[in-house]
Parts: sequence; C-alpha cells; structure tokens
Amino acid sequence: MRYAETGFNLEVDLTRGNIERVATDPRDTELYLGGLGTNAKMLWDRVPPEVEPFSPENLLIFSSGLLCGTPATGCNRTIVSTISPQTQLMAFSMMGGFWAPELKYAGYDKVIFRGKSPDLVYLWINNDKVELRDASHLRGKGSGETAELIRKELKEPKAQIASIGLAGESRVFFASIEQGRSSASRGGIGAVMGDKGLKAIAVRGTKDINVARPAEFMELCKEVLSYIKFRNENPVEGVMAILTGLGSPQEMAVHDEKWHTENFMWGNSRIRRKDFWNQEIAAKWMETLETMRTRLISCYNCPMKCGATISPPGLPTYMMKCFSKLTYTMAAMSDLDFGLRIAQNATEYGVDGFSAPQVMAFALELLEAGILTENDMPGLPPDNEGRFHWLLDRIVRREGIGDVLANGTYWAAKQIGNGAEAFAHNTIKKHEQLPLKLSMLNPIYFLMYSTGEKINITQIEGQFPQAPFATRAEREAFVKDWFQVPDDKFKQYFLDWEPRGEKSMPFYPTVQMCCDIVDWQERMHYIDDALGMCAGLSSFPLKPPYHIHNYPKFISAGAGFAMDEAKLTQATQRYRTLVRAINIRRGMRRKDDKPPENHWKKRFPELEKELLDTYYRFKGWNNDGIPTKESLHDLGLDYVADDFIKRRILKDGDDGPANG
Amino acid sequence: MGEKKKKKVKTIKVDVDKCNGCRACEMICSAFHASPQYSSNNPARARIRVISEPLKDIYVPVYAGEHAKAECMGRDKYVIDGKEYEECAFCRASCPSRDFFKEPDSGLPLRCDMCESDPTLEKPLCVQWCTVDALTYEEREEEVEEELPLDDAEKGLGSLIDKHGLQKIMDTMARMSKKD
Repeated sequence: MRYAETGFNLEVDLTRGNIERVATDPRDTELYLGGLGTNAKMLWDRVPPEVEPFSPENLLIFSSGLLCGTPATGCNRTIVSTISPQTQLMAFSMMGGFWAPELKYAGYDKVIFRGKSPDLVYLWINNDKVELRDASHLRGKGSGETAELIRKELKEPKAQIASIGLAGESRVFFASIEQGRSSASRGGIGAVMGDKGLKAIAVRGTKDINVARPAEFMELCKEVLSYIKFRNENPVEGVMAILTGLGSPQEMAVHDEKWHTENFMWGNSRIRRKDFWNQEIAAKWMETLETMRTRLISCYNCPMKCGATISPPGLPTYMMKCFSKLTYTMAAMSDLDFGLRIAQNATEYGVDGFSAPQVMAFALELLEAGILTENDMPGLPPDNEGRFHWLLDRIVRREGIGDVLANGTYWAAKQIGNGAEAFAHNTIKKHEQLPLKLSMLNPIYFLMYSTGEKINITQIEGQFPQAPFATRAEREAFVKDWFQVPDDKFKQYFLDWEPRGEKSMPFYPTVQMCCDIVDWQERMHYIDDALGMCAGLSSFPLKPPYHIHNYPKFISAGAGFAMDEAKLTQATQRYRTLVRAINIRRGMRRKDDKPPENHWKKRFPELEKELLDTYYRFKGWNNDGIPTKESLHDLGLDYVADDFIKRRILKDGDDGPANG
Repeated sequence: MGEKKKKKVKTIKVDVDKCNGCRACEMICSAFHASPQYSSNNPARARIRVISEPLKDIYVPVYAGEHAKAECMGRDKYVIDGKEYEECAFCRASCPSRDFFKEPDSGLPLRCDMCESDPTLEKPLCVQWCTVDALTYEEREEEVEEELPLDDAEKGLGSLIDKHGLQKIMDTMARMSKKD
C-alpha cells in the first residue's frame, strides 16, 4: 500500500488519443520525493536536449505534490513542468487552488502529456473514467469561461479545472495555465499546453488518500495549525508590513501601497516615483478596491486568505492574488481601477502578470524611441490605457506586431533589432523579472538572481530577512524565537549584520555566509515544490510553520518511509541538481547565471566573481556551473555524469571542483 | 403525556460571510470519521459540504442531517440578495434525488454526529479547523417532553412512511377507508 501518494500516474498520448494508468516506482519517491522532484527525473529521462519546446516529444507534466490531499494545511499545489518556449530551459511553474488534491482523490499523482492532438481537446478525469473530449466549441474562449462551460456540460459542479485562454492557444511565450483561483504563469507553460492542442483538464475524485501513521501525522498538523494562529496574532516585528505575516503578500487585503508604488519601478521597469503615494491616491485606490473586491478567499485546506474575487463594474467577476494587483497599473503608469479591469481581460486570455505588462510597456517605449512606428501599430489608440488594451488584444491573437511581442521582450527585441535590445533590459535567462532597480549590490540576492533556476526571485527568497535590523537589541529580539533555522550559525550571521560599517553589505554577510543563506532559502523552496506545499506557509515568509525540522516528520509519518533532516537535504540536493543538469544539457552555463545588468547601480565585479566561484564550489559545480562527476556520484546521479561525459559536457577526469 | 426532561442542544453556527471556501471542514470531517481514525481523508465522505460558487460569491457550509428514504414531492430554490442557490441547496438530507451525503463506495447515507467520541471533544472538528470562524459551536440546555415509546402499529406505519412518503400513505389510507 502507498501512503500520501496514490502510486499511479496517467500517461496521455495526445497524438494517438491513448490513455494509460501507470504504476510508479516507490523507490523514486524516496529519492526524488514527488512533485518537482519526480517531474525533473521524468524530464531528464524522457526529454533529451534536442527536443524543442513545441515538439510532440516535449512532455507537459501536471503533478500534485507528495503531501497534497493529506490533512497537512496548505498543501495544495500543482507543479507543472515542461520545457519553456521562452527560456528553452526547464520550466516548473506552480499553482495553488484545488486541482492537485482533486487529482489525488481521483487516484493519480501526475498526468503526463506527450504528443500533439490533431484537434483541440480537453481531458476529463472522473476517478477511474478518463477520456479526451472534443473542445472545438471552446476554441478562443477565456480560461474562466472555459471552466464554467465544462462544468456545465459535464454536469459536474465539483470538477476542478485547469485551462488555457486564447494566449495559450496562440502559443504566446508567457501564456499561463489558469485555475480560477490560481494560475501557473511563469515560463510560458500555457503555450506548450496550447501547442499540444489541450484546452483544459477537468478532474473530479472521490477516493481516499491514506497516511502511514495517522495519529502522529495529525499531531504534526495540529501543531502547524496552532502555530499559524500564533503567527497571525504575532506578526514579525522590524520588517516592512508586507513581510510581517504568513501567506503570499496580502495584496488583496491591504490598501496601503506606498511601499510597492514608491520602491518598484513603473513603465518598462524604468521609473521610480519616490513621492507617488499621497492621501488623495490612497483614498481613490481604497475606494476602487472596496468597490470591486467581493471576498477574500483561500486555496484548499488553508486558512490564509491570499486571494480575492474581484467584480469590476461592467465586467465579469474573476479571482486574483498577490502582485498582479499592481503590475498592469504600474506598467501603464495608470491607477488601480485600470489595473483591476485589464487584469480581468488578462486572466481570461491567460497571460503571466509579470511578463505581459512589461512586454506592453516595452513596446510603447520602442514606439517613443522611434524604433517601432505607428506603421507597425496600425489602429493604435492615442491614450495610454487604450494602448495597453489594444496591445494585449494583438498579443494574445499574435496579430501584426502582437506576433513579435508574444515572444517576450528578449526575443521580440532580437527580431525588431535597430537597438531594441537595450530596451529588453529586465530579463534573466530571457525571462522578464520583477520591476525592481536598486542602488547597491546585495550579495545574497546577487547569488539568488544569478543561480535561481525558477528564474523568479520570489520563488527562492524568504527565510533570511532581506535587510539588517538597525539595532542589536532588535536583532536579539528577532532571533529569540527563530527556531526554523537549520543551524544556530544563521542566528549569529543575522545578529552581527549591521546596516553600516564593517559588517554591512556588500562584504557582510561574508561570501561563505551568503552561500549558506542562499542554499538554505533555496532548499526550503525545493522541498515545498516536491511536497506540493504552498510557499506562503513555508519557504516564502519569515518564521513559517513548516521548516526543516518538522518536514522530515511529516514525510515519514505521511508517506511511511524513513526520513530525517540529512536525508531530506540530500534528496533536495539530488533533484535540484537534476533541474540544473537538464538545463546544462540544454546549453545553460555560467554566462547565463547573472542578474539584469542594471538591477543594481553599484556593482562589485570582483566580489561577484568570488561569490559565484564559491557558490558553485559549495554546490559541487565546476567553474562553468556544471555539476561535477564527483558531486553527481555523491547524490546517486551517476547516470547524469555518464550522459555529460558522453555528450562532452564534462570531460572524464577533468571535472574537479572549480579552482580545485 | 411524558415527563419533562433536560436535553443538550448542540448547535454549529454557520456564518457564510466569513467562509473563505477552503473546505478544511470537509477534509478534517472525513479524516476524523475514517477507520482507523485519521488514517485517510476524502472530502467526498464528509458529513459537511461547502456549496461553493466563487464567481457568484456563494459559500455555504451545509451539514448532513437525517436520511430521507423518499424524495420530496417538489424542490425548492432560493434566491437571496440576488444570488440564486442550487436546487434544495440548504437541505441536510441525503435523499434519492441527489448524490450528496452518501458514501462514495456504498451509497450509504452519511450524517453529522457532531464528532461524538470517547473521550468527548470540546468542539466538533470542523469547528476547530475553521480558523476563520465561519463555523462556531454553541451548546444549550432545553426542556423537552420525554418521548413515549411507539407501539407496533405506529412503528409499522412509520416504516411505510419512510419508504413511500407521508403524502402517499395518507392518500392510500384515505382511498382504502373510502372503500369500506
């Protein structure tokens, strides 16, 4: 008997319309846990580097996490993995909501798609009955509209549905997969779904998920729930409001946007408006949100209310969470009313809320600079807001200039030429980033931006405070109940960290300390991504209820195999290295491990080199960022080393640690 | 007439404005009633269901009540504050006309037992897991008349009513009594 997981995957060949239920190997669960871990194993085994993102051989994997569907609070994430059309690397975007637990209750851990359907279809999973159904009547329909139509035609209001909108069908490189309440947006995975001719996956399940040692597991769950209550009543002191609590940033609940609007960049990640926020704007935006927001809502089995239903007058209701609240507003230099309205459109079309607004702002900047002209945009309205709507409509249909822009700023700039490349300034590994431009290099963030293979800063940061506290007394107060640290040395790092003077950035935390801090933060995210846990209760906020000390207990009481901190750390290193190996095999190297050139004004090239050299060595990678034969062997990944040697990525005998 | 007797009335107060739609109540209910306790969970086995239609802002937790063997003669449909709820939305019965509150495998009816167990819980588990306070628990004592034991004829008629519905039995009785 399998615990926590079901032990079965669905393999769907869209070319032939064949569906199989396949038993999985429990040894893979022990080695790679589940979710992202087993997805990475599958992509390594089955998608060689020659496979293009839009090839039938590319896999599109929808996975639950190992603990999804168990009573563990907040464990509800769907991890979607494939090869991204935008970065050409592995994408593993995720979404909360209700889909992954429902898949578990239907009796499956993953759904793996290969091939391409000749006609647009959707997959209907109803426990043991699984079928591909015609979706030609859903072509061009919005993501939410599609979900409602499918529920109606199946007469199954409880079906959970992941779908794409027009952007996915048009293979827009930043198309998302939407699930009403939540979306997997980054990396353009919606485009791969569209390319495969798959409009949606509907799932309904009424089976049991078992846990191995029920009493023990429930005790752990109760501890977590009461700690969540404690944390909700006791916000962290000494950090900016948005970082005090649990959950994803409570954007739907707060009205005070002084911090975001004055510290994040507007337009095409260009302009900082230091004195933007005033009483008049505060009152106007508050009225907008109060008028449009119907209710704060949650994902499956989670008390945090990170999302909201938004009903813009005259438009259909949709659901939103987190920072999409402001990305359109700020890219268009507009107000919240515009932002919440266009986001309704964008959600139905199914586009990523970080990339889409920046791509549009980028296009308008090119127009202003004369690199694009009115001739490239026939019919473009005169007003800024109208222009954003116009561009969005073109992009999701790949019409005219929209066809170029649909590939994102990096590829569009290359195609447009004539100096456009300088305007695609906010990407890492060809992927648009948060609109942030700062003054002095932060060594911790330098490493995270450079090496984070989720290619999104919020998906790697979290456990260590972003900035030092002003006084020693405040720091002492902070570390007092900081039991989440894997080792007490992290408390010392923080205690000694000063805003100014000898022990301040960029030279403190020291290079070695930065490696420890980045590694810890990354590890927690990777654990979440394998278990299906929401980062909002774990890796993202300070002092979370899930941490390195209770996770091994959850896994062992839940899934029933022996687990401790060391074994969990190693398993995480194993599939984290596998993600890197997939990307290395696809050509990623040290040259790609860098933040946007202008992310910080004040840079320290020597220090940055030392940071990267040391971190690579710390991770067991050589000087070009390639995992060494020795470190691969230690993780039980000899098959990766063999492949690297066969492909001459590593030379046999010439793979020692960097500077070793 | 029977004697007056004290009875403990257990109430779960449902505040639909506070519900966040997370369905933790369904999850923990099914886990608590699993055998062995907490060994599995499956919201489809829960004795509470959250009617949830996010786009209409409908979130209503409903508890499983007594099983109804017969269908009602008609259905009801509520519209409250402009929101139209599904047919028989607030009814607690598991009944032949719909598939709520039935064990997914056997189809046997489910009923909320307020988590009665030994030792007694302070509150039903759904209430304990609802940290947004959409579900709160109240207890009070009421004086009720002690029920008289039923005689055989009443028991027999009772099962006929269960099976065919009261209206049908009354119609039949009326028809049969006319014949004489």
